[in-house]
Amino acid sequence: MSSPSIEAVNLSKRYGSFSALSNLNLKIEGSKCVGFLGPNGAGKTTTLKLFTDMIRATEGKALINGISVHENKKKALASVGSLIESPEIYPALTPREALSMVAEIRGMPRSERKKKIEEVVAEVKMEEWLDKKVGKFSKGMKQRINISAALLSDPEILMLDEPSTGLDPRGMSEVREIVKTLKQKNRLIFMSSHLLNEVSDICDEVAMIDHGKLLVYDKLSNVVSRFSGVDGGQVIIDVGLSRDIDDQTVSRNISSLAGVVSAEKLEMKSLRIKFSGNLDSQEKLLSDLVALKIGLVSFHPSSSALEDTYLNLIKATL
Amino acid sequence: MSKPSLKAGPVILQNLPSSIAQMGVMAKYELLNYFRSRRFFILLIIGLIISSILTAVVAYYGVSSFASDALGFYSFWWGNSVTLVVILSGIFFGGDAISGEFQNKTGYFLVGNPLRRSSIYVGKWIAALTASLIILAVYAAIAIGNGIYYFGANIPYQYGESLIFSVLYLVAVLGFTFFFSSLFKSSSMSILVTAILFLFAFSLIQLIVSGLAQIEPWFIITYGSGIIGNVLTDPYPTTQSVRGAFGGRNETKIFAVGIPEGIAILVGYFVVTAIIGLLLFERKEFT
Repeated sequence: MSSPSIEAVNLSKRYGSFSALSNLNLKIEGSKCVGFLGPNGAGKTTTLKLFTDMIRATEGKALINGISVHENKKKALASVGSLIESPEIYPALTPREALSMVAEIRGMPRSERKKKIEEVVAEVKMEEWLDKKVGKFSKGMKQRINISAALLSDPEILMLDEPSTGLDPRGMSEVREIVKTLKQKNRLIFMSSHLLNEVSDICDEVAMIDHGKLLVYDKLSNVVSRFSGVDGGQVIIDVGLSRDIDDQTVSRNISSLAGVVSAEKLEMKSLRIKFSGNLDSQEKLLSDLVALKIGLVSFHPSSSALEDTYLNLIKATL
Repeated sequence: MSKPSLKAGPVILQNLPSSIAQMGVMAKYELLNYFRSRRFFILLIIGLIISSILTAVVAYYGVSSFASDALGFYSFWWGNSVTLVVILSGIFFGGDAISGEFQNKTGYFLVGNPLRRSSIYVGKWIAALTASLIILAVYAAIAIGNGIYYFGANIPYQYGESLIFSVLYLVAVLGFTFFFSSLFKSSSMSILVTAILFLFAFSLIQLIVSGLAQIEPWFIITYGSGIIGNVLTDPYPTTQSVRGAFGGRNETKIFAVGIPEGIAILVGYFVVTAIIGLLLFERKEFT
């Protein structure tokens, strides 16, 4: 079986004079998770809608496994599960009925249907609600059912548009785990999100878009090292303290420690250290900071590297 | 999060059902949705109320006040009221059938799947037709029950023809309401416009065109539906010139639609609106 792929070829979408997507060329291939990032109105959902034939391209093609979505939708989407813009399910139906409808549309054999539906509903922790009407569900519960619908046919490609929308923290964590599991099973996941920590946690690659134009597409680590303002091999470490720290200690004692490129005080009880070195050097840095008796209570790599990257790239296009 | 249990392995679904089979799936679940959402039962109750009123009126005033024979009875009972039942069916089941998919965002649940939009459109249309036919069947059964009670089991063949024309009118009305539903993205707007058109506008235009302009309103669907009542009249009414009609002194024509013409109007409405409605839905964007 060839590896799954999605490809945008000169893909454009215009609404009158407004260009929602401009000449997007992007090819994603293989089993991986690709985060699709960009500000509101950047063109993320437009792209995903073009790949699911919800809207028509003004120019260009959206290809899935080499098949044009617009020209042969049935074949192109046969191996795709999608979740676009938090859909609503007929409120009078139960999740079992709504998922049966999807299963029948996709030609799932009757003998497998019941088991598979119960499996995907258990996946999103909605077993108790399987035979209750969807109209009574909260937004988060509906989103869980939508995720289960996307997973129902074991698709080799998943297109998810902000899948954590409406979910509580536990739900968000569960979605992350589901995506991580799918990654291990030869699936291609193309996922838009505003949650940068979510993307940095589960995605292997990242594509950034703004004003309808693709800014970058590369491995997450490459994008961060190229655009975050941090040189390659460097890491940013956030340090939490139990008491206030003075500027002199930061500039003299901490900045001079081995491997430290720079150190800055964020607040009275927190620091950000730009550090160059391997894990052993980090261990040494931690023990050096403890030895300084500055009241160290936390020490962890900064989650803001992708955020810095994002802000640098997006800022550049404003 | 517990350990995810998604099974690894090949994608299950390599052979998708045919588009016709997918239409059937859509129709099945749309029908289930009608039954569950009580929309079907509300219209059934309305149909039963209309039938009950007619039954009570005939019982109170005596059948001889309305008809002297079975054909006259069916003309009074069926010919005068079934078009309202058909129109209500069109409004209830067709008014927001397509626009609702956009406004309520239920379309987002369906359209991302590997099925043609035409399967969704036709499947929903079949469901609306099936639900409407059930309502029409109940209404017809009550009319026949009353007819048998008053005039015996000898049901005039013209009633059978009228029944067939009613089904044809229903097909045309649903074609039209689905087309209008495809025009709008707001459910309430499409229902409102459809209701105004069928309950007031078409009748008004027909009156103006035929009465004042003296032009046969062959382009109006409600004129075509005239065959439902006309066929229950013996002899079949024809277009006549009448002096002094509408309060004037001049000779005016009172138009009566013939059966071939009526069938052509209804079939024409269905074919044209079904094609345009389908094309609109195919091109409409889920923005």
